[in-house]
Amino acid sequence: MAGTQHFRDVAVIGVGMIPFGRRDEDTLMDMLAWSSLKALDDAGLGDGGVDALYVANMGSGVIQHQTGLASALVDRLSLLPAAAESIENGPASGASAIKNGLLAIASGYCDTVLVVGGEKMREVTGWRATDFVATMTHPTSEYVYGITLPGMAGMFTRLYMEKYGVTREMLVSISIKNQAMGTLNPYAHVEMALSKEGIFDDPAAIVNNPPAADPLHLYDACPVSDGAAAVVLTALDKVKKPSKPPVVIAGFGQATDTHTLQERSDPTDLKAVTLAAQQAFERAKLKPADIHVAELHDAFTILEIAESEHVGFFKKGEGGKAALAGKTKLGGQIPINLSGGLKARGHPVGATGVAQVVDIVWQLRHELPKGRQVQNAQNGLTVNFGGFGNNVLAFVLRRVQE
Amino acid sequence: MAMDMELEMVLRPHQYEMPPYPPKVITLANGKKMVVRQAEREDVPEILKSVHPCLFIERDYYDIVSARLYGELLAWYRYRVKSAYCLMGQVEGFLVGIVNGRMETEKVGMSYHTLAIDRGLRIGSHLFAAKMEYHLEYLHQEEVLIVAESPIGFRRWMIEYPLEPTKIPHELGGGDSYLLTREIYFKAKPRLVVGERPVPADLWEVATREIKFADDDTIREQIAGLKGR
Repeated sequence: MAGTQHFRDVAVIGVGMIPFGRRDEDTLMDMLAWSSLKALDDAGLGDGGVDALYVANMGSGVIQHQTGLASALVDRLSLLPAAAESIENGPASGASAIKNGLLAIASGYCDTVLVVGGEKMREVTGWRATDFVATMTHPTSEYVYGITLPGMAGMFTRLYMEKYGVTREMLVSISIKNQAMGTLNPYAHVEMALSKEGIFDDPAAIVNNPPAADPLHLYDACPVSDGAAAVVLTALDKVKKPSKPPVVIAGFGQATDTHTLQERSDPTDLKAVTLAAQQAFERAKLKPADIHVAELHDAFTILEIAESEHVGFFKKGEGGKAALAGKTKLGGQIPINLSGGLKARGHPVGATGVAQVVDIVWQLRHELPKGRQVQNAQNGLTVNFGGFGNNVLAFVLRRVQE
Repeated sequence: MAMDMELEMVLRPHQYEMPPYPPKVITLANGKKMVVRQAEREDVPEILKSVHPCLFIERDYYDIVSARLYGELLAWYRYRVKSAYCLMGQVEGFLVGIVNGRMETEKVGMSYHTLAIDRGLRIGSHLFAAKMEYHLEYLHQEEVLIVAESPIGFRRWMIEYPLEPTKIPHELGGGDSYLLTREIYFKAKPRLVVGERPVPADLWEVATREIKFADDDTIREQIAGLKGR
């Protein structure tokens, strides 16, 4: 692994999120500002003390016809003259922004950084939102033929089923688990429990949970959401008397894969997930077995299964069985997506990578209520999946021992 | 109040014979059972209590749909609409959705409105399908004229069935109607029309004992999703 020189340790000292969902009354800037203020408040910072601001967003130029978000937000938050940049890296924009914030501190360029990710997608129809997300596919060999991310996920699922024996029942178990967790999360877009009878067994399931991108059905996909989340990062050596247990980003990793799916020798092999997670574990000097809780990028149920295998929690072909057996629930071998994941918390694309870190920080601070909190959690993992696995970031977070 | 019954009979539109809609039960995505049954004219004042809070929700044209539905139900209650009917969905007695329409002629139906009071469970889809089932299978009509006021309705009816565009003005707003024919209906039926009959006695007893209503704030939150504010 390149670049293993010693960095300054970077801690997350403040987190903030606003409820995801459909937020007709708010502008994108309102959402970014509100979540930022919550994170700054959580960090105990007032108007000053932030050296740089990174804003993660994928589609404001397309949907809101607004660019230069960071320049606008830094002024809105009265953080001038802090440095400010917008980061666009598809659905992995959030984690990319955190990585850039982390590097700014680790390198000594900054001491304290605010990172906020947000997206307002419900301003347009679901069709237009799906089309906007599809603009990250290859323009002449994929997009032009009408491919969408659900379409890609459907084809991926079919291959995964054929190669690894994943069944519809396993996918349904992910939908049910994550939407059940969403009912416990006040920030979740979808707070509705599902039953296996209603979405799988009963004849009415054909209407309740119709095919969306065969073999994926309606409840295999995350909702299209508005939302924002923010974190405040600082150099650990600058944290003197923390009011809350500091959590460090112990390891990070990022890897890429081919732009088009067709160029991959095995499209079921999410190499970028494997590599990003390996880098994060190596930097953190931890193994998958050391992780107590994970937030994986379940834009589609199949991705939670596939990622749980590719990061090393389960062998290939075992992730679906593990989910069905309850090993990824609270109290199981490795609890995954106790926030509800993208499936229930929602997926405002620019916000997701930041929201994953916010949820893991809450877990490692032991701030979540019973029913969501992993007892005595010390280490957590996030995976933010861009494109269809062509740009992936992973973070290992660790609670600092007092 | 004195009433000129002769004039009253002139003012009342014609009523066709309408066989009843046989109730059914549908399992929703959350596992709960929704009883779909025909409302009686006497139920209207109670039903309006659930429509009223929706009058003030702009989101997804709930205000327009509710205002028109309110008027349609009142017109039915006071005999000012031709051959109208209303179906409703109840979960544990609570009213979760309403659909209505009427017979234009013996062969042609006029779809009015679909109001889902609890959202995210495809209640609107189920009730709209029940309404079409009533027109085509129990009223034995040839076709139904339909319009949508919201993009959601357009997606659910015009695209999912899919309906046939026409140039026939619809009485709701005067726009071009879309048509559900028998051919389209029976082709769509296997994937859109579900439910079991008869309704089990215990569910029927709960549904018919009382039409329960969520309070105004709950209804607004269910529809407008105003959580976190």
